[in-house]
Amino acid sequence: MDDLSTIRSEALEAVQAAADLGALDAARVAALGKKGSVTGLMKTLGALAPEQRKEFGARVNQLKGEIEAALDARKGALSASALEAKLAAERIDVTLPARPESQGTLHPIGQVMDELGAIFGEMGFTWADGPDIEDDWHNFTALNIPPDHPARQMQDTFYLPSRADGMPMVLRTHTSPGQARTMLDKNVQKMLADGGSLRIIVPGRTFRIDSDATHTPMFHQVEGLVIDRTTHMGHLKGCLVDFCRAFFEIDDLPLRFRPSYFPFTEPSAEVDIGCSWKDGELKIGAGDSWLEILGSGMVHPNVIRNCGLDPAVYQGFAFGMGIDRIAMLKYGIPDLRAFFDADLRWLRHYGFSALEMPSLTGGLAR
Amino acid sequence: MKFTLSWLKEHLDTNATLTEVRDALTMLGLEVEGISNPAEALKGFVVGYVVEAVQHPNADRLRVCKVDTGTGVVQVVCGAPNARTGMKGIFAPTGSYIPGTDMTLKASKIRGEESNGMLCSSRELQLGDDHSGIIDLPAGTVTGQPAAEALGLDDAVIEIKVTPNRGDCLGVHGIARDLAAAGLGTLKPMKVDKVAGSYKSPIKWTHGYEAKPDSPCPIVVGRHFRGLKNGPSPDWLQRLLKAIGLRPISALVDITNLVTFDLNRPLHVFDARKLAGDLVMRQAHEGEQVLALDGKTYTLDPTIAVIADAKGVHGIGGIMGGEDTGVQEDTTEVFLEVAYFDPIRTAASGRKLGVQSDARYRFERGIDPESVRWGAEVAARLILDLCGGEASELVSSGVMPAWQRSYDLRTDRVKGLTGIDVPAAETAAILGKLGFAVSGNGPWTAAVPSWRSDIVGEADLVEEVTRVYGFDNIPTTSLPRLSATSKPVRNPMQRRVPQARRALGARGMNEAVTWSFLPRKKAERFGGGQADLCLLNSIDATLDTMRPSILPNLIDAAARNEARGLVDPALFEVGPQYKDATPQGQRTVAAGIRHNMAIPRNWAGPARAVDAFDAKADALAVLAAIGAPDNLSTQTGAPDWYHPGRSGAIKLGDRVMAYFGELHPEIAAAADFKGPVAAFEVFLDAPPLPKAKASKARSKLVVSAFQPVERDFAFLVDAAVEAEKLVRAARNADKVLITAARVFDVYAGKGVPEGKKSLAVAVTMQPVERTLTDAEIEAVSAKIVAAVTKATGAALRG
Repeated sequence: MDDLSTIRSEALEAVQAAADLGALDAARVAALGKKGSVTGLMKTLGALAPEQRKEFGARVNQLKGEIEAALDARKGALSASALEAKLAAERIDVTLPARPESQGTLHPIGQVMDELGAIFGEMGFTWADGPDIEDDWHNFTALNIPPDHPARQMQDTFYLPSRADGMPMVLRTHTSPGQARTMLDKNVQKMLADGGSLRIIVPGRTFRIDSDATHTPMFHQVEGLVIDRTTHMGHLKGCLVDFCRAFFEIDDLPLRFRPSYFPFTEPSAEVDIGCSWKDGELKIGAGDSWLEILGSGMVHPNVIRNCGLDPAVYQGFAFGMGIDRIAMLKYGIPDLRAFFDADLRWLRHYGFSALEMPSLTGGLAR
Repeated sequence: MKFTLSWLKEHLDTNATLTEVRDALTMLGLEVEGISNPAEALKGFVVGYVVEAVQHPNADRLRVCKVDTGTGVVQVVCGAPNARTGMKGIFAPTGSYIPGTDMTLKASKIRGEESNGMLCSSRELQLGDDHSGIIDLPAGTVTGQPAAEALGLDDAVIEIKVTPNRGDCLGVHGIARDLAAAGLGTLKPMKVDKVAGSYKSPIKWTHGYEAKPDSPCPIVVGRHFRGLKNGPSPDWLQRLLKAIGLRPISALVDITNLVTFDLNRPLHVFDARKLAGDLVMRQAHEGEQVLALDGKTYTLDPTIAVIADAKGVHGIGGIMGGEDTGVQEDTTEVFLEVAYFDPIRTAASGRKLGVQSDARYRFERGIDPESVRWGAEVAARLILDLCGGEASELVSSGVMPAWQRSYDLRTDRVKGLTGIDVPAAETAAILGKLGFAVSGNGPWTAAVPSWRSDIVGEADLVEEVTRVYGFDNIPTTSLPRLSATSKPVRNPMQRRVPQARRALGARGMNEAVTWSFLPRKKAERFGGGQADLCLLNSIDATLDTMRPSILPNLIDAAARNEARGLVDPALFEVGPQYKDATPQGQRTVAAGIRHNMAIPRNWAGPARAVDAFDAKADALAVLAAIGAPDNLSTQTGAPDWYHPGRSGAIKLGDRVMAYFGELHPEIAAAADFKGPVAAFEVFLDAPPLPKAKASKARSKLVVSAFQPVERDFAFLVDAAVEAEKLVRAARNADKVLITAARVFDVYAGKGVPEGKKSLAVAVTMQPVERTLTDAEIEAVSAKIVAAVTKATGAALRG
C-alpha cells in the first residue's frame, strides 16, 4: 500500500517539476508509460485475489486518472507560458511608418468638369466635344461674327496657316463653335424636327493671346446650349440659378441677370452671383457685392439660321463660362497661371483624391 | 465712358439719387464700373482767406501768412511766390493728407516760424500740373467753404462699360435717353440752334470718289470760321473735361472734345490758314504719309480714308487729324469737319495703323449719321460763344447713308422669347422713349432711329423692351425634365477620360494640365512640328507649335519640379495631342511619366528605381479602366522618343493601344534628368467600344467544384525569346484545362549557358468534371513542354 502512495507522490512531483513539454512527457512515461510505475502496479493486479484485485484495481485506476489530470493541467500551463514567451519575442515597433505608397491627385479642372457633368447631366444635358483647332467659319462666322466685325477685336485670336481651301484656321477662342457643330449635325436636326429638345454642354480648352496675372494663353470654358421650340429666357434664368446654387452649394445664392452684348445672342445677359468682401477676402453668397461669372442669352436668329435651322421655328439659349474661373472661386485658388505649371506642391494642395467622384447625391465636393 | 452726375443732369431732368442712377445704368446694360467723387479726397480742405502775408524773417523765399479758415485764424509758412495778403486759396489743416505729395500734414516750425497747415497748389491736390503757385480763387469765394464745393468738384464721376453695340451711349445724351426710357426722369431735348452763316466758306468739301451711302465717307459737312480768339476754354468746360480725365488744351480743341463726349459727335477743326484750297475726302495713295496729332508719322495705303488738300494729307479719316494743320493758341480762322465714316473700314484702318483715339472708338461703333447736320450747328454755336468771330454758311459733299429701316414685332414675341408678360402699351411706350417710331397696337412696326445702327431685327426689339422693362422681371423657370430616368451625361467614349484620370490618380500619380502648344524644336523631336500646326502669331517661341505628344510638356514639368527640389515626380495628363489641323487629327491621350525612384529608400525593404515595367503597368491599368479587351499583346516598336531596347507597344491585333518604356536617354539628358524616366501614352480612342447590350445582366458564373492544380516549369531559351510568346504557347497548350500561365522567374548567369536565359512559368490547371489524376496532369505537362519547345525552341531545365 505504501508503494501506491510513494508512486503517487513521486509521479505528481515529477509532473509539477516538469519545466517544459519534454520533461512533462518524460514524467508521463515514467508513470504511465509501458514501463512506468503506475503501469507496473497494473501488472501486479493479476496476482491478487479477486476481492483484493477489485479494490486495489480501483485505487490504481484512480491514481492513473489523478496523474493524467495533473499532466493535462501542467501541459496547459506550460503551453500558455510558451506562447507568451513566443509572442513577447515577436514584438515589433508599430510606430515605424507603413511601407511607402504615393498618394495621387486629380487636377481641379477635371474635377470641376466632372461636377459640371453631374449637375447639367441631371438637367438632361449631354456632353459634346469640338476640336481645339477650329476653322474661322465655326469659330466666328457661324456665330454671327462676320469678318471685320468689331466684336472680333474683343478676342485676340491665335491663327494657324489657312486650310488648302483658303479657310483661315484658328485655335478656338471660345467653346461656342461646339454649338454650331452640334446644331449642324443631321441626327440632331432630325431629333429637333421630331419635336425633341437639344441640351448640350461643351467643356474644353480655349485659347486667346493673353498672358498676365489673370490671363493665360490657354484656359477652359464650358458652353451650354438648349434648342427647341419653346425654351425662353425664363428657362435660361432657371437653369443658371439651379446650376450656380448646386455648384457653389449655396441654396439661397442670389443671382443677377444684366443686359449685355454678345454677337451670338439676342437678348444677351451677363450673370452675377452675390458675394461680399471682408478684409480683402471674397465670400460667395448673399452679400452687398456682385461678381460676374458668365455670359448668356437667347441664341441669335442668325446663328440658328447659319446652323441650318429655321429661327421662325426653333429658339433657345446658350451660355458660356470659364471653368478655371469657377474652380478658382469655389476652391479659393488664387492664381490662374499656377493651374498650368504642374508644381507638385500645388497639385497636392489643390488636387482631389481619385475616389472623390462628384455626384449630386453623393456630394459634389468634400 | 466717363461722365459726371451733374453733366448727366444737363440731359436728364431727374430727382434720382446717385445710387438709383447707378443701379438703373447697370440694369440697362450700361454696366457701372466705378463711381468716384473727387470731393472725398478734399474732405476737410476749405477756402482760406490770407489776412496777412509777410516776409519770413529767416528765409528769402518764404512768407508767413495768417489764414482765416472760417473757424479761426492760423499761421502758415508758405513758399509760393504768389502768396499775398487778401488772396483766397485752398487751405489744408494739420492732419490732412496731401495726395500730390503723398504726405500727411503735421504742425511744425519752419526756420523758427510756426506753421499749422498749408495753402495748396493744383498739383498738390492732383487737380492739374500747375505748381508755379498756390491756387488763387476769385475774391468772391466764401471763406471757410468746403474746397470741393468752391472748386466745383463735388460731383460724382461715373464710369460705365459700353458694350460694342451701344455706340449711341458714348455720349452723355444717349445715356440720358436710356435712363429716361427706364423711368428715371425726362430726357431734355438736344439744343440745336441753327447758326446762320454770314459769308460763303472759302473752303469747300469734295470727294475723291463718287460718294455713295456705303462709301468710306459717304457724307461730310463743314463750315469756315473767322475772327476767332482761341485761348484757354472757360472754367466750366475745363472742369468738365478734367473730371473725366481729359486735359484741356484750348477753347477750340476743348469744344471738339465736349461735343464728342456730350453728344457722341466727333469733330475736327483745321487751322484754315494752313490749308491749301478745298478739302477732299479720298482714299490714301500707297505710301502717302501724315504726321498725326499724336506726333507720330503714319504711312498709309489705299484702304485708308484721308482728308487732304492740294498739298497733301491732313487727317486720317475718322481716326486722327494732322499735326501741321492743327489749331494753335493764336489760330483765328478754322475750318470745321463734321463727317460720317464707315465703322468697319475705320476699325480696319485703326487696327492697321495701331492708333486708338476717341474718334476711332466712336466711328467704329457707328455714330448717328444724321449728326453731320446738327453737329455742324452745335459746334458753330459753341465756337461763336466761346471764341467770338463769325461762321460761314454750311458746305457739304456726299450723300446720307441709308439708315432708315423698320422691323415688325409680333405681339407674343417678347413673352415667347423672354417669358415676361409686358403690357402692350408699355411695349410701345418703351420703344417710343428710345426713339423708335412705333405704329400698331401689337403687332407693332418700329422704325429704328438714326443713332441705333445695332438694331437689325425683331430679336433686337425684344431685347430693347426687355432690358428697359427690367431683366429682374424675367421669371425663373427650371428646365422641365426630358425623361423619367437620368441619362449619362457622357457617352461611353467620353467616359474614358474620367476613367483614365481616376485610374492613374489611384496609382499614385499627380494629374497636371499643360499647354496645348510647345516649342517647335520639341515638337519635331516628338514627331510633330508640321507647318499647319505652327501658330502664325504665337506669344513667344516657347509656345509656337501644337503638341504632337503630351510627353514633352510632362518632361518639362517634371524637370521644373526637380529643380524645385521635389523628388520622384510621377505626373500624368489626359488631354489632346494634334497630328494635323483637322478635327480628326486631334486625339485624346492619357500620358504620364515617372522619374527616378518607384520606391524610395525605406526601412522595410530595398529602394527601387522606375523602369519600363512601371510604365507598362500604368498603361495596362488605364486600358483596363477604359474597358479595353484583355487579349492585348505587347510588342517592340515604340516611337523614337523611347529607349529603343526598353520600350514597347501594346496592341490589339495590329492596332496600337499604347506605348510605354524608358525615355530615350538623349531626351532624358536634355531635360537634365539624373535617374531613369519611364513614360507611357495610352490612346483613349483606340480600344473598340464594346457592343451595346440590351440588358445589364451579367453572364452566368460557372465555378468548378474541384481544386485547381499549379505546376511550375523552367525553360531554357535563347536570350532573345520574348516571354509573352513562351507564356502564350504554354497557356494555349490545353484550352480546356489551362486557365492561367505566368512568369515567376527570369534568370541568366551562372549555371545558364551564354546567350540563354531561364524562364520559369507557373501554369494553373482547372479540372472541370473531376479531380485530375497524376497521369492526366503528366499528360497536360507534356503538352505544355511540347508546345513551348515548338514555339520557342526551349528546353525544359533539369
